[in-house]
Amino acid sequence: MPTGRLRNDLPLVFAYFWNNEGAGMSEYNFAYLDEQTKRMIRRAILKGLAIPGYQVPFASREMPMPYGWGTGGVQVSAAVMTQADVLKVIDQGADDTTNAVSIRRFFERTAGVATTEATEAATVIQTRHRIPEVPLSEDQILVYQVPIPEPLRFLEPSEVETRKMHALEDYGLMHVKLYEDISAHGAIATSYAYPVQVEGRYVMDPSPIPKFDNPKLGMAAIQLFGAGREQRIYALPPYTQVVSLDFEDHPFEPSKADHPCGLCGATDSYLDELIVDDAGGRMFMCSDTDYCQARRAAGHVGALAEDAA
Amino acid sequence: MTHVDPLLQVAGLSKFYGARVGCADVSFDLYPGEVMGIVGESGSGKSTLLNCMAGHMPSDTGRVMFDTRAEGLRDTVTMSEPERRMLGRTDWAFVHQHARDGLRMNVSAGGNVGERLMAVGARHYGGIRSTAIDWLGRVEIAEDRVDDRPRQFSGGMQQRLQIARNLVTGPRLVFMDEPTGGLDVSVQARLLDLLRGLVREMGLSAIIVTHDLAVVRLLADRLMVMKDGHVVETGLTDQVLDDPQHAYSQLLVSSVLQV
Repeated sequence: MPTGRLRNDLPLVFAYFWNNEGAGMSEYNFAYLDEQTKRMIRRAILKGLAIPGYQVPFASREMPMPYGWGTGGVQVSAAVMTQADVLKVIDQGADDTTNAVSIRRFFERTAGVATTEATEAATVIQTRHRIPEVPLSEDQILVYQVPIPEPLRFLEPSEVETRKMHALEDYGLMHVKLYEDISAHGAIATSYAYPVQVEGRYVMDPSPIPKFDNPKLGMAAIQLFGAGREQRIYALPPYTQVVSLDFEDHPFEPSKADHPCGLCGATDSYLDELIVDDAGGRMFMCSDTDYCQARRAAGHVGALAEDAA
Repeated sequence: MTHVDPLLQVAGLSKFYGARVGCADVSFDLYPGEVMGIVGESGSGKSTLLNCMAGHMPSDTGRVMFDTRAEGLRDTVTMSEPERRMLGRTDWAFVHQHARDGLRMNVSAGGNVGERLMAVGARHYGGIRSTAIDWLGRVEIAEDRVDDRPRQFSGGMQQRLQIARNLVTGPRLVFMDEPTGGLDVSVQARLLDLLRGLVREMGLSAIIVTHDLAVVRLLADRLMVMKDGHVVETGLTDQVLDDPQHAYSQLLVSSVLQV
């Protein structure tokens, strides 16, 4: 009966029989989620793309990982993934941290898709808290893991009220937060999850990416945001106008540590600070590991790598 | 004498809670610069009436016509929610009995005052801050408290902060629900003095709901007495308080403790 060819258009019970000789773990449907769930998520994604920045509620499923480990991102990735896709997973820019490794392996086993660490080679990139340094193209999808999708949440605890505020474009409160920042710290101290306004309409939390990455949000790739625990999906279509909120006399400034990368010498990338000894010695290195490695492979050498050599 | 159009026209306003009457068939006009007091005992429907007028609560029948700056007379009951909210942060103000209902307790005093400015599009930090400090001064809060949170303020200061927060956008109509409730008398007196000054100085119209006759005596030009959801007597404040006609008004006036 089974042909070995994967059929994703069948209901779960048939898909189980049809797909049991598929490329991945035969006990699972392609990419773990059943087809009805994927269809539900795709609907939410399409709605999100049609109304950029609007948080679409969706029936988030239990995933085999705890909340806070990217359950929203994983569901969105599973819903958009095809067998031809090449997946890259990063956590704070790195391909080799626990979260990234385990999600990558999850899809290797449940979907059998090819994976990569090279940003250019990937078609679907799931990310936690970073945007890759290399500009993304129109045929790529960037999937964000979002802990708290509501930018107004810490100012207004009621979900009923925040939804009303979005509906009525009642966003005065968002600037109150920035005002408080300046009055307490002399400058807008929010350095990640910096609120943005999309197409002059919805105020959106870009997930906890550093504000250094905010200017990249108008990119060519499709950007999808999934919050599993909070059951929300939102999206940015390619080339969407995304403006970081600010004051006239305290304009938005993307910031990074004022150093070159110690390993590859890059001056244009977002850096991690690393404490290297007990005497307070430290180094700065690219948070995007693939970018750093590619630069080193191309012969760029940072100050610390020179010393070691 | 020139003809002046009323700022607010309330006509046939009713609110029912199931079979119970919240307020029934209330009608009156309020003119620019006029202060109207609404008195009555607890449960007489004065807060219901105030909330219906301010759009915090949907009314069952009636109209609340407001003379908007842009489009003249508009019925605020049938107005769309965004328009009503816009009105609520520009031309209208609402002072709650409990300051913590009207303030953001974990936002600094300056942020509280600045919120309405930012909500209507102010985007210059320095400008917002200096306006906030100016307003704190007008309600007698020292400039060095601008970055303190309201929970570090006394009850009277919180109430004054709430007033500053409401008046900063230069509203034309202020709704007040027991503005001096829960404050001790000396603080009440200073607050009333301040309110009276601001109302006169800015030419505000106000509707003040209270059960404290001394407050309306001091602030209100006209008085409306409510009982069981109905208006039983209206008139000039002095006239109603000195020569009450309705039996209930007489009871209310004679119940005041003479010190």
